[in-house]
Amino acid sequence: MIHISELHASVGEKEILKGISLEIAAGEIHAIMGPNGSGKSTLAQVLAGHPGYEVTAGTVTYNGQDLLAMDPEERAQAGVFLAFQYPVEIPGVSNAYFLRSAYNEIRKARGEAEADPLEFLDIVSERLKLVDLDEAMLNRSVNAGFSGGEKKRNEILQLAVLDPRFAILDETDSGLDIDALRIVADGVNRLRRKDNAFLVVTHYQRLLNYIVPDRVHVLVDGRIARSGGKELALELEERGYDWVTAEPVAGV
Amino acid sequence: MGTAYAQQFAAQRPEGPAWLTAIRERAIARFREVGYPTTRNEEWHFTSPAPIAEADFVPMRAATGTLSVEDLGPLLFGEPDWPRLVFVNGRFAPSLSRVDARDGVKAMSLAVALREEPSLLEYHLTRRADIVDPAQVFTAINTALMQDGAVVQVGRGIDAATPIHLLFLSDAAAEDGVCHPRILLVAEPGSRATVIEQHAGAGGERYFTNVVTEAWIGEGATLHHLRLQRESARAFHVGTTAVHQEQDSHFVSFSFATGAALSRINIHTGLHGRGGGATLNGLYMLDGEQHCDHQTRIVHAQPDCYSREVYKGILDGASHGVFNGKVYVHPEAQKTDGKQTNNTLLLSERARIDTKPQLEIFADDVKCTHGATVGRIDETALFYMKSRGIPDREARKLLTYAFAAEVLETIPVDALRDGLERLTLERFTGTPPRA
Ligand SMILES: Nc1ncnc2c1ncn2[C@@H]1O[C@H](COP(=O)(O)OP(=O)(O)OP(=O)(O)O)[C@@H](O)[C@H]1O
Ligand SMILES: [Mg+2]
Repeated sequence: MIHISELHASVGEKEILKGISLEIAAGEIHAIMGPNGSGKSTLAQVLAGHPGYEVTAGTVTYNGQDLLAMDPEERAQAGVFLAFQYPVEIPGVSNAYFLRSAYNEIRKARGEAEADPLEFLDIVSERLKLVDLDEAMLNRSVNAGFSGGEKKRNEILQLAVLDPRFAILDETDSGLDIDALRIVADGVNRLRRKDNAFLVVTHYQRLLNYIVPDRVHVLVDGRIARSGGKELALELEERGYDWVTAEPVAGV
Repeated sequence: MGTAYAQQFAAQRPEGPAWLTAIRERAIARFREVGYPTTRNEEWHFTSPAPIAEADFVPMRAATGTLSVEDLGPLLFGEPDWPRLVFVNGRFAPSLSRVDARDGVKAMSLAVALREEPSLLEYHLTRRADIVDPAQVFTAINTALMQDGAVVQVGRGIDAATPIHLLFLSDAAAEDGVCHPRILLVAEPGSRATVIEQHAGAGGERYFTNVVTEAWIGEGATLHHLRLQRESARAFHVGTTAVHQEQDSHFVSFSFATGAALSRINIHTGLHGRGGGATLNGLYMLDGEQHCDHQTRIVHAQPDCYSREVYKGILDGASHGVFNGKVYVHPEAQKTDGKQTNNTLLLSERARIDTKPQLEIFADDVKCTHGATVGRIDETALFYMKSRGIPDREARKLLTYAFAAEVLETIPVDALRDGLERLTLERFTGTPPRA
């Protein structure tokens, strides 16, 4: 599905990603852990096409396409989705309109018919249940005045509606209470299929009890310092990150 | 310069009562004395009236007479049976108007009012708008030369449920013409009313609208005034609204300006009784070489009044916006609560805004704040939308609309708010983002 090879990215003079290689196959869930400031969100943003980061070396191939050559909207239309660590507030644009525009753009790109407001309401209502959000939030401005947890659940709602092939979840579990965490995890598990893949960024092993990853990678200072199975998350929980940096292993 | 108006005045021998003739003579004399302001006048610092002063406008010719009620469709709001007074090229057009007598509300043309309501006019007309201040010389010109316009009186305690629409149109015959419409709005004590004042051009004509609106809001009354400047792209527009507010009265004004090559809109209100308030909001959207200048002035003359002001501008091309918000707080106006904001969204490198708050506070126990922001499209929001598959162009339009929507949302009458949202939307997107 996605093949990241020797990816370097910087902001201005500062190099943040220092050679990341990672391959995720369809049907897989990979987790990324690592200390604050190690570059997890940067990797997520670079994959989504944020213009603020300059890719200085490396390649990303997504379903055979050169992902880095695509505009952010083209990536989304091709099935890439990023659940933001800090979802953005857009006062004045209703959630319903925003979601329907995105949904229809993606449908158009796939050569499918666009949904009118009524058809779309059906689709959304069903997905709202998945994340336990009230229909009233559709008429509110995108994320404006949402609580932290509502913002995160709204990201998962968008994920559920847009039905991406490759979804990156950047700390979607941070700031969620136990119930909300379970709702988010259940949502992801239900969306999980043979033909899609997830990259889940998290600080907490707890999430990985609900969303069981195929691989866990530890990002330290812009590099993957270690990769392993789901047990690695438990080990990190117990021992912290120091031992990882001490004995780096090339990540795959 | 300006001699054309003096000659016109001499030739016109305007009709009307003696008191009005005397004021007209004072007004034209004042204009002869002070002439047009230059950019050295503080209130005209960012707007030169030279393009208006140097143009040779002739009195606007009568309409070609081909306008029908159907043509008004796109300019109307709400229900077709809402009352309206329509003026074409400055002249009252009875066949396009609907003035059924609604209980307690009188709406008529100025010419009719001068005949039928002489005491009302003598009490209010020309009493609110300043003709002495050299910065207000266009008001003096209007006062000297006004011929037609509208008078609306809302009776004591009357709640006028439907908005009254005053629609000033210009058609092809307006080319090179000038007109001086005069509007008088009187909200008697305890009344409530909404008045729409709309100025619209038919297409590409070059003409000059010089309009003055005076309003008196009695004790406990509320007047909503929605002002739309949608003149032709080559037109000039100077509009002054002068309001007098009594105790516990509310003036709620919205100025929507998208038209004209050069426009200057003055909105002045004076809070002359305790406990009242003024809400002055506005939205201007300019493109190309358009220039639009809003000068608002709120005079807090008495204690315990509030004022709220939110103006937003969306500037594209090489357009130039000006906003100057004056707030005077007299020494006796304790407990004044004032808040003013002006936010500008610049869509191009060449667009320009000059924004200036001007607070002159002579009382000590007051709360007055102001803030201005000038920004561009929020890149974070733009990326967020694109990351969901919305193309750059669409995302920009939507964010631009959203910027405007925040102030449009303050319009309390549903049909008017929806109407202006639709107009704004047509400018930036194709479909309504709230559906
Ligand atoms: N736009 C930027 N400008 C300057 N520095 C940046 C920018 N974006 C990221 N950085 C820096 O790059 C480093 C990595 O940041 P990033 O947000 O990717 O970390 P993270 O691993 O997601 O951290 P956290 O666990 O706290 O979310 C940090 O030192 C951060 O300050
Ligand atoms: Mg992060």
